[in-house]
Amino acid sequence: MPDGKQTTLRLMKAGQSGVVVEIHGGYGFVRRLSAMGIRPGKRITKVSAMFMRGPVTVRVDRVQLAIGYGLANRIIVALD
Amino acid sequence: MKILLMGNPNVGKSVIFSRLTGVRVIASNYPGTTVSYTRGFMKLGEEVAEVIDVPGTYALEPTSEAEEIALQMLNTGDLVINVVNATNMERNLYLTLQLLERGIPMVIALNMWDDTKHRGINIDLDKLRGLLRIPVIPTVALTGQGIKELVESIPRAIAPETPKRSHDKRWADVGKIIEQVQFITHRHHTRFERLTDASVKPLSGGIMAVAVLALGFLIIRFIGESLISYVFDPLFNTLWAPVLLRISDFLGNGGFLHDIVIGRVTGGEINFVESFGLLSSGLYVPFGMVLPYIISFYLVLGLLEDTGYLPRLAVLMDSAMHRLGLHGYAIIPTMLGLGCNVPAVMATRILESKREQFIAATLISIAVPCAALQAMIFGLVGPHGWQYVAMVYGTLFLVWLILGTILNHTVKGFSPELLIEIPPYRLPPWRTVLQKLWMRTYGFLVEAIPIFLGAIVVINILYILGVFDAIANFTAPVVTGLLGLPKEAVTALVVGFLRKDVALGMLAPLALTGGQLVVGSVVLAMFFPCIATFVILFRQLGILNMLKSVGVMVSASLITGGILNLIL
Repeated sequence: MPDGKQTTLRLMKAGQSGVVVEIHGGYGFVRRLSAMGIRPGKRITKVSAMFMRGPVTVRVDRVQLAIGYGLANRIIVALD
Repeated sequence: MKILLMGNPNVGKSVIFSRLTGVRVIASNYPGTTVSYTRGFMKLGEEVAEVIDVPGTYALEPTSEAEEIALQMLNTGDLVINVVNATNMERNLYLTLQLLERGIPMVIALNMWDDTKHRGINIDLDKLRGLLRIPVIPTVALTGQGIKELVESIPRAIAPETPKRSHDKRWADVGKIIEQVQFITHRHHTRFERLTDASVKPLSGGIMAVAVLALGFLIIRFIGESLISYVFDPLFNTLWAPVLLRISDFLGNGGFLHDIVIGRVTGGEINFVESFGLLSSGLYVPFGMVLPYIISFYLVLGLLEDTGYLPRLAVLMDSAMHRLGLHGYAIIPTMLGLGCNVPAVMATRILESKREQFIAATLISIAVPCAALQAMIFGLVGPHGWQYVAMVYGTLFLVWLILGTILNHTVKGFSPELLIEIPPYRLPPWRTVLQKLWMRTYGFLVEAIPIFLGAIVVINILYILGVFDAIANFTAPVVTGLLGLPKEAVTALVVGFLRKDVALGMLAPLALTGGQLVVGSVVLAMFFPCIATFVILFRQLGILNMLKSVGVMVSASLITGGILNLIL
């Protein structure tokens, strides 16, 4: 695990990469995210963020996902 | 025997289903195309097996209605064909292990096999087979590669002894399998990937969205208009009109039967729009006016669906849609609604909460005109000037925004945030695009035309019996007083329950002004769902919410019509 600075997916800048450290949220949310490919230990790259509290898009493995603004706040990432 | 096709969303289950059964189903390049299951049959040696195309699911803990259906289906099946996306095995295998733990005989179709090579993914198939202990067949559903082998492997399906695992243990096991069978050669970002990223960035994405939608609209107009002016109008005017005049003579130029079959003939000429006979308007309106736009609209929609653009549009629209109590993915049912409200209301199942489904279904049935109605708006309002057509669309769009905002503040419940997979862009083969276009066009022909012809007969009989006059006198205060339309216009609203395109056609003989046509079109679009949409709303929302939804429609349409009448 890299010992870089920790931040949330929402605060990351587009183009930054890191490793997912923790996901805050209920059982259902954590399960759902992990089934879609986001879980602690996974490498994640932020592709873009929409303005006006729009969704964040990320790349995990070879998949692109779009994640709502509030949800992106609950995903903690250790930056490279 | 009952065979279930299961797997993550957007891995190609519906394409494999079509290949196995010959039953054509709508397949698109976005997660959640299949919201309900489809049955088909295939021959397996001497036996006939039932095959079911199950909606995609990421895991066996459902988070949407479509995933719940998937779980229910699993309990009824005898065998599972687990469709796995070969370019994204790690995530897909989680569901595979969960399925194996259920102890149901299984084979794997490792689909999109052709994509692995140029993505730098190498998979050791024999090792994978050894670890999973079930047949694994590489397939390319779009081209049909591997389908024969897949069918041959079905009798070899087994359910290897598999212990139940915890969530974390299952992921650990997936990790172990991946480590042993998948080798990735690192690749740099291609120019293509940079381009695809641009479509979800705020500025470039917004510009692209405007360009894509404007281009789509222009293509729809161009193809629709060209088909009308160069194909359908010449056919009707030069070939069909003389035949009709002969039949008219034969029937004695008048009388009960003549009025139903040919309609009103004025000055020895048949006005295809206004005559309202079974063989005149009854054929011209659906074939000469509506069909051209059905073809052009579904061609463009099919391209948007199959390239994978729609989920990107969902990302761009997300913030805006939250103001209407929805999230970005609701743009997909909305776009489908511009073709036909029936599949659109069904597609609201991809939304997670009942509240979103109610808002989305109501907004679609009220403010999203179907292609058939739009074709008639072009055909009837267009000649009065395009500013009037713009007024119809502008009003409906405003209603969509205002009503959505109101519903967002009044409907109880919870609207979750967006969480979707964005599929890679694909260049759809022309064959697939045209096949899908044909399926939808054929659907229009067999489902719409009978209702259409029935409506024409009913209209004529009600006219002759004087029923419409009675209704018109009864509703005159609302229709004339509030909406400023001649009292006969109420007949269109009544017929709108059957089909809205034929209903709008009924306004044609009333010699309305451009402004009145705008009021008529808007009220007709909003007033009440057509019978097909009505039935599907009832099934999707239940009786109580359906009545609520219809109540919103009737009141909103009268208010909007009244306001328009005051302004215009």
